[in-house]
Amino acid sequence: MGSVESYFGRLCGKEQEKEEERLFRANDRPFNLSYHYADNAIKTSKYNLFSFLPLNLFEQFRRLANAYFLFLMALQVIPQISSLSWFTTAVPLILVLSITAVKDASDDINRHKSDKQVNNRMVKVLIDGELRNEKWLNVQVGDIIKLENNQFVTADLLLLSSSEPLNLVYVETAELDGETNLKVKQALTVTGDMGDSIDALAGFNGEVRCEPPNNRLDKFKGTLTLDGQTYSLDNDKVLLRGCTLRNTEWCFGVVIFGGPDTKLMQNSGKTTFKRTSIDHLMNVLVLCIFGFLASMCTVLAIGNGIWEVREGSVFTAFLPREQGADAALSSFLSFWSYVIILNTVVPISLYVSVEIIRLGNSFFIDWDRKMYYPKNDTPAQARTTTLNEELGQIKYIFSDKTGTLTQNIMTFNRCSINGKAYGELFDFSGQRVEITEKTARVDFSWNQLADPKFTFHDHSLLETVREGNPEAQAFFRLLALCHTVMPEEKKEGELYYQAQSPDEGALVTAARNFGFVFRSRTPETITAMEMGRTVTYELLAVLDFNNVRKRMSVIVRNPEGKLTLYCKGADTIIFERLHPSCNKLKEATIGHLNEYAGDGLRTLALAYKPLDDSYMDKWRQRHHEASTAMEGREERLDELYEEIEKDLLLLGATAVEDKLQDGVPQTIEQLAKADIKIWVLTGDKQETAENIGYSCNMLREEMREIFVVAANTAEGVKEELQNARRKMCPEAAEEPSVKKARAGLFWLQKTETVQDEKVDGDYGLVINGHSLAFALEKNLQLELLRTACMCQTVICCRVTPLQKAQVVQLVKKYKQAVTLAIGDGANDVSMIKAAHIGVGISGQEGMQAVLSSDYSFAQFRYLQRLLLVHGRWSYLRMCKFLQYFFYKNFTFTFVHFWYAFFCGFSAQTVYDEWFITLYNMVYTALPVLGMSIFDQDVNDRWSFQYPQLYTPGQLNQYFSKKAFVLCMMHSCYSSLILFFIPWAAMHDTVRDDGKDLADYQSFALLAQTCLLIVMNIQLCLDTYYWTAVNHFFIWGSLAAYFAITLTMYSNGMFLIFTSSFPFIGTARNSLNQPNVWLTIFLTSLLCILPVVASRFVFIQLRPTINDKVRQKVRKEALPAPAPRRPPARRISTRRSGYAFSHAQGYGDLVTSRRFLLKLRSRPPLFTQTDSPLALNEPQLYRTIAEDPEESQSP
Amino acid sequence: MVKEEQELANRPDNTAFTQQRLPAWQPMLSAGIVIPGFVLIGLAFIGIGVALFVTSRSIQVLELDYTGVGQNSPCYKCTYPNVSNCVCDLDFSIDSLFKGTVFFYYGLSNYFQNFRKYGVSKDDVQLSGDLTNFKSPSDTCSPYVYDSNNQPIVPCGSIANSMFNDTFQLFQKINGTKTLVPFDGKGIAWWTDYNIKYRNPSVTPLKNAFNSTVKPIFWSKPAYDLDISDPANNGFINQNFLVWMRRAALPNFRKLYGRIDEGVYAQGLPAGNYSLAIAYNYPVLSFDGRKKVVFSNVSWMGGKNEFLGIAYLVIGSLCILMSIVMLIVYAKFKFPEED
Repeated sequence: MGSVESYFGRLCGKEQEKEEERLFRANDRPFNLSYHYADNAIKTSKYNLFSFLPLNLFEQFRRLANAYFLFLMALQVIPQISSLSWFTTAVPLILVLSITAVKDASDDINRHKSDKQVNNRMVKVLIDGELRNEKWLNVQVGDIIKLENNQFVTADLLLLSSSEPLNLVYVETAELDGETNLKVKQALTVTGDMGDSIDALAGFNGEVRCEPPNNRLDKFKGTLTLDGQTYSLDNDKVLLRGCTLRNTEWCFGVVIFGGPDTKLMQNSGKTTFKRTSIDHLMNVLVLCIFGFLASMCTVLAIGNGIWEVREGSVFTAFLPREQGADAALSSFLSFWSYVIILNTVVPISLYVSVEIIRLGNSFFIDWDRKMYYPKNDTPAQARTTTLNEELGQIKYIFSDKTGTLTQNIMTFNRCSINGKAYGELFDFSGQRVEITEKTARVDFSWNQLADPKFTFHDHSLLETVREGNPEAQAFFRLLALCHTVMPEEKKEGELYYQAQSPDEGALVTAARNFGFVFRSRTPETITAMEMGRTVTYELLAVLDFNNVRKRMSVIVRNPEGKLTLYCKGADTIIFERLHPSCNKLKEATIGHLNEYAGDGLRTLALAYKPLDDSYMDKWRQRHHEASTAMEGREERLDELYEEIEKDLLLLGATAVEDKLQDGVPQTIEQLAKADIKIWVLTGDKQETAENIGYSCNMLREEMREIFVVAANTAEGVKEELQNARRKMCPEAAEEPSVKKARAGLFWLQKTETVQDEKVDGDYGLVINGHSLAFALEKNLQLELLRTACMCQTVICCRVTPLQKAQVVQLVKKYKQAVTLAIGDGANDVSMIKAAHIGVGISGQEGMQAVLSSDYSFAQFRYLQRLLLVHGRWSYLRMCKFLQYFFYKNFTFTFVHFWYAFFCGFSAQTVYDEWFITLYNMVYTALPVLGMSIFDQDVNDRWSFQYPQLYTPGQLNQYFSKKAFVLCMMHSCYSSLILFFIPWAAMHDTVRDDGKDLADYQSFALLAQTCLLIVMNIQLCLDTYYWTAVNHFFIWGSLAAYFAITLTMYSNGMFLIFTSSFPFIGTARNSLNQPNVWLTIFLTSLLCILPVVASRFVFIQLRPTINDKVRQKVRKEALPAPAPRRPPARRISTRRSGYAFSHAQGYGDLVTSRRFLLKLRSRPPLFTQTDSPLALNEPQLYRTIAEDPEESQSP
Repeated sequence: MVKEEQELANRPDNTAFTQQRLPAWQPMLSAGIVIPGFVLIGLAFIGIGVALFVTSRSIQVLELDYTGVGQNSPCYKCTYPNVSNCVCDLDFSIDSLFKGTVFFYYGLSNYFQNFRKYGVSKDDVQLSGDLTNFKSPSDTCSPYVYDSNNQPIVPCGSIANSMFNDTFQLFQKINGTKTLVPFDGKGIAWWTDYNIKYRNPSVTPLKNAFNSTVKPIFWSKPAYDLDISDPANNGFINQNFLVWMRRAALPNFRKLYGRIDEGVYAQGLPAGNYSLAIAYNYPVLSFDGRKKVVFSNVSWMGGKNEFLGIAYLVIGSLCILMSIVMLIVYAKFKFPEED
């Protein structure tokens, strides 16, 4: 719509050149208007009342098929050529055009409505020294406007002042980037001082120079000149249209960009249009058909030429030739006449029907209750309705981890304190008891501050803590102190934690429930409630987490004056720094850690160290020096940290469960059985990713080998990849076998396909972001692809959003396979857009992924239903539809071809023109739609039972060029029967009263009746699933044919429209003849019986998987329930490291005053819902990272 | 409860339709249906085939070509150029009684009534008696819309213009005397054509309707003179005209000329010698066409057509054969039951 706007803008002489820089003055409309900046009105609609018809028709005729039919209609107007009345093409074309036009119009009306609604929103604008209510569309660049709490931001604004301290405002950017967390913007002090003084604001005459309109949401550059001073402006001072003001009473801003120039509008618009492989195939086929049509017409034109020379030229006694007409001209004209007659090989209703089928199947996805998630009331949604059948052909799935495979909920699950493990339940005989929903929970009601959503099942731990066990108390004290969580206490006793990673939140909450409640912090202190006693610790230092250190520590002084360093971190790192006295404890803890790791839990080791004052003083001195040093600050700090974090005393270890979504391992197993390869692309660390890989059964202990590629140079990566490949497949050639082919329209597109290579045994591949960056380079990407495709499981960790997309594109390009990407966050958008099909997990935080996805639902496990049931059915239905549709039209058309040899190649139609008009649109439209919307080979339960049913789709087995050729041959056979049987039966016979029966009209009726009956029986044969609707459509259509035919051939119709219905009486006179019916019967059976016989024989000789399962369905009413295997307990030597998902800690922020100020001054960011459902869930922690993508970068 | 419902506002309806659980019949091509089905169809076909074949055999047909190609052909004399009002006698004999009503057809070969431009060359509105189209016939009649004097042609168009104009008289020769065997030319066209599709303008006398129009160029007399004796067989509703106007689907065709169902011939044509007097007017040799006459009686399945009977017999046998093949395949290769 932006382009339309600018198009009209150009027409009006505006915007002659591209804007280089934006310059405007606040409160100076005349000055600003001289630049012709766009005002704040938006226009997303395409048409208005007058432009609708021409523009929409123009759009529609840009589609090749429509243009073709327009061309045909033009041909039909030429009397020398016209072999069919104009209505045979016009009626279907007008029908198709008007259906599309109505749809477009209703879409556009909706856009008009929403435009109008948005443009007419009211906002307070400062005009002539007073605040006036104005409509949004009247706002101009340079206006100062006032926004109030919970209002939408009107345009892109430069923030001037706000009601909050420090000129802060809070905005929600959900509509813009999909993130639900609040963001903070801060005005310049110099403008902020104006406050809400109208006089000051009215007198404000700052001049802003800034970048021209663009679509980068995270960048803004500009300057503000005020009273000769120049201030630089950045993204922090800009409120973007699409945001909502939250927790801020009011704020003032000056408009920078309005309407179409806003970043919101610049971002919307061009969405790449995805097309399915069936679409591409269809285009190729239609092109082939055009070629075929041309050759048929050429043959007939040549035939006409020969006939003219041999017969026509002498038949002139009864049919004189026009002046100057010779065989060549006649042949040329008959070519075009046959183009008109045979046009039905390119069926106009094909595209419309395909869209209808896809729409129907999309509705079935929307309606599916088994993909509806009651917990947050989210149904599945088919956001794109044109990709359904591709869901049945997926070969590769690229999945995000956090929020997709996992719930992004961390639960404190087990712990090991001083060599003793807690968290598991055993019965009297010492057998482990499985913990279920019903298992009794530990009662935390003694603790006023406990989080009611926290659950723990092992009572002994609480008893130990309450008994006063010093190690246990120290353990939880550490958890309550050593972190960077922000507390919020809305009301007395109602604590909310804002944690940077959910792991941290889980640990602090665990401490809270076990009586060590972290309550508040200042930059210098931490206040905690320890077993009911308020204790304030002096916070001396935070030794923050980073990637290399893999640990964090705090140094605190307790009220008694004792100094302690508390440290938590990756077990391997902590164990290196332990005091030798802990060796025995270490052994015991390692045992527990192995157990936890085997269960796929994220583990941390906890340790502490008492410090003495004098050392601490010196250390702090050096710390201060280091942190203010100009050079080598980082290194010096690291050294200091390293020095103090040693000789630690081990306390124990925690195990946090990164909760998988329900049914993830089962889903992955099912998809693997369907021969779909799943690659996990995650921004997480290698350890966490591997962990999840194990817990969702993608990586298995019994795999032959799991290769880890983590080199830091291109050579290293290459070597590791090659080594892995040689190990898996030693005999494989060094060079990948690339099959080059051409595809697409006109075979212009070159494709390269890397062949699959067989490997025996299962392997896994884990590759990290650094290595992936090298591996995705041009010279290594094929190596990566080969190696990765040999492995059962591929996990890429620490990948950036861009890399995610690159991986998808790599597979797309060289595997020619259909890919699906599934994710939930903004970082998955690129891959969702890159893949053939993007799936968004809805109902989690953020809508960005969902907004750019093609399908969305709430739980990963619904993917198997989407693919194995809906996808498979859609593909099956589409293929059956295409096959039948082409068959039906070819057969219809070929009969004309044969008849040409008997009518002097004169382009005489075999059927009545009305039949030609109605054949596709009325007589055969609904039955085939009925089949292709309702058909199912086996029901959903059997589809799950036999995921192998999915594989034919991946191999394009149901409809391909080969199937198309077969379909043409079948049509050829049928049309021969359909023409020559009636011909032989009729050519020399008469009615039973001696009258004519071999006349043209009777023959036409006979041929068309045979055709329609054969088409219906063929459809019956193709229909696997006969619902009442199918019955109604098939028998209804047949009945409608006879009813319509009898009506059109009735006396009444002839008397009213004499020249339109010349077939009067034909039906009555010929359908009462026994030999007509005997001919119809013979023709139908002769067309159908060979199909039945060959299908039957093929089912016996070479049954497909579908045949086998269908056979089984007949025997057993319901599939046997899948055996429930108890989850096997694994003891693993593989251990996770510091399992936090974030890259850099929050230490700086925690100790900075500014951050706390702003936190205290507002209500919590996330209001808890009071719904009973929410109470059942563990508390959800959200990251408060400013930029979600930053944490994913390597 | 209310709250719960609100919570689940987006829950899709649980109907068989939305959940794709509509009760359905799921037939399969199983051996139990296909093989017996083929046997039954085969038997039925053979039965029908036998009936058709026997019936077709019982129908008697006598075809006589009278184009006059050969020099000893009786109508050879009429094929000379510039011969007009030529009458030739075609003698033939019938060995046995032609049972029942005998139908007399004329047939044309290599004649393209189904040529598109020929087929569209008529004006249905004019033929339904609309006088406006008498004055200005539809363009579809091209090239016979107006004559060289720009007078409208009625009936216009190639089909009407090329109306078959040979006439026949049949005589039975008994001991040298010729007895006329009358042709009944009434009721040889479709009821709908005669009563609905073609109508004379309601002008009496009919001749007046044709004022300031001309007869088709090839016609010897105007439409209102086709049968002066019987107004119900005159003009556009002349039965021979109607038969001709119902154009044939294929280039070899025959059209009903009359029935022999009067007097002594009501029971059929007795064996004996006959002579057919042909007024030979219609030129076909220029395009290598052939003219013939056909005597035939009919049965419940219409005229003689051996094809249907034979086809049914062959297909029926093939069905039986196929069912045996399928039985063998099924018994031998029946696909294994296990997964």
